Amino acid sequence: MSAHEAIDVALTRLAREDGPRVLSVLASRFGDLDLADDAVQDALVDATRTWPRDGMPGNPGGWLMTAARNRATDRLRRQASTSRRLASSQAELVERRIPSDAGGLAMIDNVDNADDRDDPSELGDERLRLMLLCCHPALGGDAQVALILRLVAGLTTEEIAAAFLVPPSTMAQRIVRAKRKIRTAAIPMSMPDGLDDRLGILLDTLYLVFNEGYLAHGDEQKPIRLELMSEALRLTRLLIELSDRHPEVLGLLAMELFARSRTGARTGAENELILLEDQDRTTWDLADIHEANAALAEAMARMQPGPRQVQALIGSHHANARTAEETDWPAIVGLYAQLDAMVDSPVIALNHAVAVAMADGPLHGLRLVEGLEGLDDYHLYWSAVAELNVRAGRSDEAIPAFERSLALTTNEAERRHLTKRLAELG
Amino acid sequence: MEYMITNYREPSTDGPAPGTPEFQEMMGAWMAYNQMLIDGGHWVSGASLAPADTATTIVLTDGTRTGTTDGPFAETKEQLGGYYLIKADDLDQAIELASKMPVGTASLEIRPVAFRPDA
Repeated sequence: MSAHEAIDVALTRLAREDGPRVLSVLASRFGDLDLADDAVQDALVDATRTWPRDGMPGNPGGWLMTAARNRATDRLRRQASTSRRLASSQAELVERRIPSDAGGLAMIDNVDNADDRDDPSELGDERLRLMLLCCHPALGGDAQVALILRLVAGLTTEEIAAAFLVPPSTMAQRIVRAKRKIRTAAIPMSMPDGLDDRLGILLDTLYLVFNEGYLAHGDEQKPIRLELMSEALRLTRLLIELSDRHPEVLGLLAMELFARSRTGARTGAENELILLEDQDRTTWDLADIHEANAALAEAMARMQPGPRQVQALIGSHHANARTAEETDWPAIVGLYAQLDAMVDSPVIALNHAVAVAMADGPLHGLRLVEGLEGLDDYHLYWSAVAELNVRAGRSDEAIPAFERSLALTTNEAERRHLTKRLAELG
Repeated sequence: MEYMITNYREPSTDGPAPGTPEFQEMMGAWMAYNQMLIDGGHWVSGASLAPADTATTIVLTDGTRTGTTDGPFAETKEQLGGYYLIKADDLDQAIELASKMPVGTASLEIRPVAFRPDA
């Protein structure tokens, strides 16, 4: 690796690892997310400019903390002098007292005098609070995903936009709007009382990011797409450390790793999707499966059951069955029944029905599937209806269901798979 | 921070009649809620509004009244029933305070106040 390449790698690392850490510390100290974010971005730009010229500092993380803190205080001083000018020019127009800049300057003193706390527990606490803030229920789902990738994963707006196939201006606006709501509505960066509920939203958001990578939408020519699966895994691993190895976070890690282990087996020579039962299991990634098994075992030893652990258990039944025939469907049906009781979701009810079909026969599954509501626009509902009808020997029922699924899916690999299935039924 | 909490609910036609013990109980819950806001230093102002079908909506165009209609601005099933103006440290506290409102079934909109001339 040339010196130039080494600096590029170090700069990416700085943006993705140190940037979010420094951001969380400054946001917490200044009580101002925007200010902290702008300061970190300024400092990262400084690094891009000066490192190739002057060489890398010995302690990049420490360098960034100092540089960003100085940038933040510069910004506060500028704001203070602007508001002083405003105050003197507006004195005759309004009688109302303009807030003095004392608050802002006091904040500068606070930060200048504060030690560079490197107590890891405290740092961890700030990063967890930043993650929870990004997933505050007062923010919309799209905004939660964008914020966590931008502020906690340290990705650029352009990278996130490319990953979600939206124009950079759309993504930039989404992030600006979310940050404005945080500021204007005073959404706090605090440890919430109902931590488990808030953690649940955070886990859903991480899983959404993972799934976007796992089942990409409209991914025809594989444009420069970020590895959303590995970003989600990186954030999940970080959250494991920050949450004191919470069993549900471990469960999510296991879910993600079981799914990722099948990446190589999921698509065929023509880039078409291959269903679980038809996959070549020898190509599944054993390292992922072993790590997932270990994470799940650690989670279950804590004896605090939750939906992600149950989902991971279902994943482990699939991942650890050497052949499709070896799959313990009755056990999976039992797990889905548990999950159904924990989470009110028609998608889980659908998976439950499919498991019942595998354990007891397609007609039993179809009866359950037909009782489901709210899934008319879900392409996997129609492909499940189609496959169960195929198994029941009713191809005349299967064909329209496959066609409906084909019309609804946005994923190219699935489209190829469904087209192939339709051709087989001819 | 100040927040306006507006509550939207389906107008009830079968609420307790004044003078009944049920009515007393309902009023007691509201009084207790108001007192909680006052004691906590959260109270700024609040009001319960007369039914939406007593509303009049006027339309101004460039400062001139161009329309006057009978009824509320939005003809929806859920109607604005009342509001609170409260002080809270942040959105989480505002949500917590709003959640305690003895309103039964309703949607509460919580909006930060941007500017209030008499504040």
